[in-house]
Amino acid sequence: MGLDSALTIAQPELLLAAAALGLLVVGAYSGRLAMTLVSWGAMLALGAAAVLAANGPLGQAFKGAFVSDGASVFAKVIIYAASGVAIFLGERWLVRAGNAKFEYPVLVLLAALGMGMMVSAGDLISLYIGIELQSLALYVLCAFQRDDARASEAGLKYFVLGALSSGLLLYGASLIYGFAGSTRFADIAGAVHGPASMGIVFGLVFLICGLAFKVSAAPFHMWTPDVYEGAPTPVTALLSAAPKVAAMVLFARVLAQAFPHDVPQWSQVVTAIALISVTVGALGGLVQKNLKRLLAYSSIANIGYALLGLASGSEAGLQAMLMFMVLYVIDVTGFFACLLALSRGGKPMETLPSLAGLVRLRPGLAIAITILSLSVLGLPPLSGFWAKFYVFKAAVSTPGMEPAAVYGLVMSVAAAFYYLRIIKTMWFDAPEGETDAPPLDARLVALGCAAFSFPLVIPALAVLDPLALAAAKAFGLA
Amino acid sequence: MDLQAIAFYTLAAIMLAAAGLVVTARNPVHSVLFLILAFFSGAGLFVLLGAEFLAMLLIVVYVGAVAVLFLFVVMMLDVDFVSLRSGFAQYMPVGLVVSGLLLVEMVMVSGAVASSGAAAKVKAAAVTGRSNIEEIGRVLYTDYVYFFQAAGLVLLVAMIGAIVLTLRHKPGVRRQNIADQTARTRKSGLSIVKVATGEGISE
Amino acid sequence: MGDIQDFWGTPVGWTLITLGEVLLVVVGVLISLAFLLLADRKIWAGVQMRKGPNTVGAFGLLQSFADFIKFLMKEIVIPAGADRTVFLLAPLVSFVLAFIGWAVIPFAPGWVVSNINVGILYLLAMSSLGVYGIIMGGWASNSKYPFLGSLRSAAQMVSYEVSIGFIIVTVILLTGSMNLQTIVEHQSGGFWNWNVLGGGLEKNWPMAFVMVPMMVMFFISALAETNRPPFDLPEAESELVAGYQVEYSSTPYLLFMIGEYSNIVLMCAMISILFFGGWQAPFPTPFLAGWAPILASLFGLVWFAIKIVFWFFMFAMIKAIVPRYRYDQLMRLGWKIFLPTSLVAVAVVAGWRIFTSV
Repeated sequence: MGLDSALTIAQPELLLAAAALGLLVVGAYSGRLAMTLVSWGAMLALGAAAVLAANGPLGQAFKGAFVSDGASVFAKVIIYAASGVAIFLGERWLVRAGNAKFEYPVLVLLAALGMGMMVSAGDLISLYIGIELQSLALYVLCAFQRDDARASEAGLKYFVLGALSSGLLLYGASLIYGFAGSTRFADIAGAVHGPASMGIVFGLVFLICGLAFKVSAAPFHMWTPDVYEGAPTPVTALLSAAPKVAAMVLFARVLAQAFPHDVPQWSQVVTAIALISVTVGALGGLVQKNLKRLLAYSSIANIGYALLGLASGSEAGLQAMLMFMVLYVIDVTGFFACLLALSRGGKPMETLPSLAGLVRLRPGLAIAITILSLSVLGLPPLSGFWAKFYVFKAAVSTPGMEPAAVYGLVMSVAAAFYYLRIIKTMWFDAPEGETDAPPLDARLVALGCAAFSFPLVIPALAVLDPLALAAAKAFGLA
Repeated sequence: MDLQAIAFYTLAAIMLAAAGLVVTARNPVHSVLFLILAFFSGAGLFVLLGAEFLAMLLIVVYVGAVAVLFLFVVMMLDVDFVSLRSGFAQYMPVGLVVSGLLLVEMVMVSGAVASSGAAAKVKAAAVTGRSNIEEIGRVLYTDYVYFFQAAGLVLLVAMIGAIVLTLRHKPGVRRQNIADQTARTRKSGLSIVKVATGEGISE
Repeated sequence: MGDIQDFWGTPVGWTLITLGEVLLVVVGVLISLAFLLLADRKIWAGVQMRKGPNTVGAFGLLQSFADFIKFLMKEIVIPAGADRTVFLLAPLVSFVLAFIGWAVIPFAPGWVVSNINVGILYLLAMSSLGVYGIIMGGWASNSKYPFLGSLRSAAQMVSYEVSIGFIIVTVILLTGSMNLQTIVEHQSGGFWNWNVLGGGLEKNWPMAFVMVPMMVMFFISALAETNRPPFDLPEAESELVAGYQVEYSSTPYLLFMIGEYSNIVLMCAMISILFFGGWQAPFPTPFLAGWAPILASLFGLVWFAIKIVFWFFMFAMIKAIVPRYRYDQLMRLGWKIFLPTSLVAVAVVAGWRIFTSV
């Protein structure tokens, strides 16, 4: 395979890289216009990359290090769209916060590039470099409000724990390389026949631990609440959406394509992680007063459900995981957009009591939050219900997974409590005082996402279902 | 025992001792100096393996640049490292368990690699008759070009991050503008004023 | 005779030969240093219309040796509160690092201690290590001025190393080798084939427009790398007294000083090798084929020595006539001017090599 065809396959990523470099120069020389110019340029580039990814050729490039298939295309479209939304939300927000630095869109762009590389990784080295590119950009974004002590703390915590998890991941990768003799997924699959040797299993466990950290699954979730709370809200919106999709698809790809013969082994580990996440997310969220922390626990629980889909180790399970991630990403983006839209006296309303009586002050946003809460809770026929429906269907139809499915269901009922508490606070408590006028951009995204959760999700399912199925087929599991 | 073996065992012993001292030295500057010694022995081991290019890179990049800046920072830090270490004994057992585990795995991997796996392929690749700079260049810009460029982007992000998080444009700082200075002519820089006696100059 | 031949082939014999070669080079360099040091002082004096050292030996020729003995006889003072080990290690490191660079320098056809493939990278590595002697000495003295001097020096040397590296890359691109002997041989056949003029007149003459500035930049970076005026900020006499050397006396000071001068001469040798043909004469030398190998080598050695002495003269003149830079100007020059320029030069030379080699 020549370089030309390799470059055609990697088109979306090349475009993003070139755009990031170009916009950096544009930003440096365009003075006060920089933020607007670079932000819109970055959104344009992300849109173009998504279109290119959707229409570009499929295949392998760079000797299998870069793979473009149904799954990667599916994930890339979501990732680039979610990153674009994060730039859209962040641009105005940073201008209002008096910290309009054009590096924000550039870093989001580079993070998106890293995520694109992650979902296309066909080799342990590209896996690692993709993760590192994505994480490094996100560390910086978390600490973007550098004069805010909480943001700096978030950035530092994320960085230190992220470095630790990268270490685990690399250690696992080197063990796998040592035993399999190759870093390429296909070759590893070829080298590992039948039951894997002790070393491979060890390496696999380390690799899974590293990846579990990146998707913030318990017991590697400790950083999540602090980072979510401390990071600037648009960054949290990004953090809880696109990188999760990228890491989940990568998780699925490395397990399904490098270890297709060891499904029973990794399925056990992933199920354990999934169940712990679901539990931690449901119980930890109960005592949270801060909405961003609460959403952090919610995301831990939801990642647990997505992992349950992956743990099924079947095509239906992977399809369920992909469906879950799409629907979840839209819900969570909407949620954070609502938080961005709400402020009182110039201070963001981030605690649960501050939402009291919101329905009388901002009925539109209150209804949006209600819809989104009910959706994440899993009430039919909202989008969250369909997400969980896919996962549980896949889990139940896998032999041996039924108890896990039932347990997940029970925990989702427990978690329902804190979503209902949000709704109760908004609808039945007395308001504390007037809120500021919500900015247009955040309101737009919030209402759009809520409208998707219900009722737009019903027709959208008809489109998404076959796409996710096609994407799941690309992983090559039966 | 031939020269190679003697050199290998000497370098390996120095490297291990230095690595141990990095962790146990009381003075952080000494720790960094031992780290440098460990890098140096590592470079020596690379030379023994016939990878002189990697050895030189290790010295130029790690010893010549990274460790210098490291030393720089450690020397300037005013941190009481002794008190930082007070928790050391407390975490010792956990640390020992973890490092013991890692040691066991490393032994396992080396055993497996020595008997089969990667080692065989590495040997096969080494016999091509080209110098190893040429060989590295060949794969770095062909098979591994993707990793190479992507790693460059990672470094770019690190650079952007460092600038975003630390660069501050303080208002009111006077900066030197060399172009302005050299563009100064007699006309723009000098004016001759006739001052009337007893009046002085306003402005 | 046969026995002796066999003996040189054994590890012991090989070690002895290498040791002999090393000793020869070190002693040779040390003795030349003694006279170059004197030359430095004489030139400086000449510019300032003084006479310079002229009492020890004829024209002061033995001045350096007298100084040498004086330094050895003095007492070694170690400041209270200094880190003794590091304090004494620093000058040793400085001295040793200054000399191991000579291992790969080709003095004449075939005359090189170790003809390794990555010779140029080795030189770069060793010169980048020079900073350790200074930074260790400054820190271990436990005193303000030395510490400030060593910090300045660390930043300065690391900064200029980057541009030196890129300039060296242009030379590597032109010659296609990192082996110093090969680089020198590549420039044979007259001064028009030297790298400073593009390395090969018929084909590469446009590269002269790139390589002449590169040579000048290399020379300036070499001044900064060796902490010579106008970049002698680490030891800036007027501000920091003598920088990292303040607390040193006697033999440790001597070691620092010899190390510094050895580095300077090594840089002169590098410029000669990289840009001015090393031991090649500036005209075609077909007649050498008829000479005895030893004579041909000596012929090369003479040319190499002439080039080194010329560049050392330039170093000395610059010290005498150029005023010192301010620290921020030094950093500006390194990072904002040399680095981008040398990067562009690397791109231009690489492009030239690609488009003319087809």
